[in-house]
Amino acid sequence: MSKIKSRWGIDRNLLLLLGPALVLVVALFVWPLLYGIGVSLTPGPGREGLLSNYAAFLGDARERASIWNTLWIAIPVTIANVLVAVPIAYRMRRPLKGQRPISAIFVVPMTLGVVLVAEGMLTFFGPAGWFNKVLLTLGVVNEPLQLVHNYVGVLISLFIAEFPVVFLILLGYASGIDPNLERAGRMLGAGAWQRFSRIMLPLMMPGVAIAAALSFVATFAVFPSAVLVGEPAGATRVIALAAWQAAYERFDFGEASAIAITMAVIELVCVAAILLGRSRLYRGPSGGGKG
Amino acid sequence: MGEKRRGITADLSGWLVYAAVTLFVLVVGSIFLTVLLNSFASSWFGGWLPDGYTGKWYTFAVNEFSLWRVLLVTLIVALSVTAISLVVGVPAAYALARRRFRGKSLVLGLLILPLLVPPITYGIPLATMLYEYRMAGTVAGVILANLAPALPFVVLIMTPFIEQIDPNLERAARMMGAPTLKVFTRVLLPLAVPGILAAGLLVLVRTVAMFELTFLTAGAGSQTLVVALYYAAFSAGIRPAQSIDAMAVIYMLTTLVLLIAALRFVNPTNMVMRVR
Repeated sequence: MSKIKSRWGIDRNLLLLLGPALVLVVALFVWPLLYGIGVSLTPGPGREGLLSNYAAFLGDARERASIWNTLWIAIPVTIANVLVAVPIAYRMRRPLKGQRPISAIFVVPMTLGVVLVAEGMLTFFGPAGWFNKVLLTLGVVNEPLQLVHNYVGVLISLFIAEFPVVFLILLGYASGIDPNLERAGRMLGAGAWQRFSRIMLPLMMPGVAIAAALSFVATFAVFPSAVLVGEPAGATRVIALAAWQAAYERFDFGEASAIAITMAVIELVCVAAILLGRSRLYRGPSGGGKG
Repeated sequence: MGEKRRGITADLSGWLVYAAVTLFVLVVGSIFLTVLLNSFASSWFGGWLPDGYTGKWYTFAVNEFSLWRVLLVTLIVALSVTAISLVVGVPAAYALARRRFRGKSLVLGLLILPLLVPPITYGIPLATMLYEYRMAGTVAGVILANLAPALPFVVLIMTPFIEQIDPNLERAARMMGAPTLKVFTRVLLPLAVPGILAAGLLVLVRTVAMFELTFLTAGAGSQTLVVALYYAAFSAGIRPAQSIDAMAVIYMLTTLVLLIAALRFVNPTNMVMRVR
């Protein structure tokens, strides 16, 4: 692209442009991360060995359970988000009345953030809230459903907070696919389901993978809603909460760092698995033209 | 007949989309409506609507949660984070969009990582480090912590944006003898204004909503709205629920103002990051 000025070395201008950003990222992210790894490898009081902090975390059944608790929240929410968002995005790739306002509406809960959604849920989904009132009035249930201060509450809050992200990414991908590909499929006699499953869905898969990865990243780090609408002493004692409690309730920074690093490793492994799964599928142009 | 059937299925799927959207909007809208109603309720026990209305919870919230200071801190933090990440991030995005150099993929990886790694993971050691440098609990510390994800976010949003600006314009300027700085400030920046505006608004919105890092690094005097709201909701029972909801409404309004501003410039589809 920049054939005239392309150089393979590092020159002064490049350093001026890129340097400040790199310094800040190293100082505010890389250094703390390395520092955290260092702390996690420094045995806390009464412990011995390089990995003793990790052993303390993984050896304690209650602490270890936080890993499963987190996965048990992050995976279902991510799958649900994708399963609901794919058909909607698929349908909305063609102009639909009110497309822009609809996608604008979806952005609202994303911006408001998970803390506000959780706080609002306490009233709306509470035993005397409108949701239960409607169900009781319609006779769907005989007594109010318990939808907050438990596992379900966290699922709902994260679904609401993350769905917009997943949906908007998929919408971006679906509307970027050349409609001629589908038309060609129709001309060759493919039915509606075939066109979706054999043409559009495979082309949407990169978007699905990225949306799923981002949704997983966000839900895996769940913290405020696990406390506010969850059951932070039990089923929704997530790994972020375990790390926070180790650091600021027991002041055991060694174990806190070990938990935090374990958390990052598990998360990155899952994200890598999602993205690797994607690269095994079709990769190529979806925009048509000379692509 | 085939035509007709296709028309009906198309309609059906369209209606299903509307139904799903309506359900989502209904639930989310009702959540916010209950917060709004409760914040004006003198009391609300079990009925469909509050028993009476009052504005006293807002005065209560202003006094009890030192709301003005919290709003001021939120504003200072969000604007500083936005300004710094734009000033530092746009040149970096320019370098990544236009230059080829050794270790470029390493730099990209370094920028993507802070957006993937859970904030708690680097937030806890970062908070400890800020404490050692006597910056724990200060507004400056909160700003620094929030820069960690905000700056990479700006770079990653701006890089594809700058890529699609025609490089011939810069080449022309260069051929006429303009030095790099001048090419950057006089040719590229004016062309990149829409992207900068969009990235700035997105970072602003994200910083206002950023919970974990502020939660870990803020002290009593440097809480932002989300964190203050979290503490209020966490200690529910100490204070009337209506006053917490009043706080939530103020948070909601602040964010909505930003969001409406953002939507004037940004297509909602671009509100989410595209990792490529």
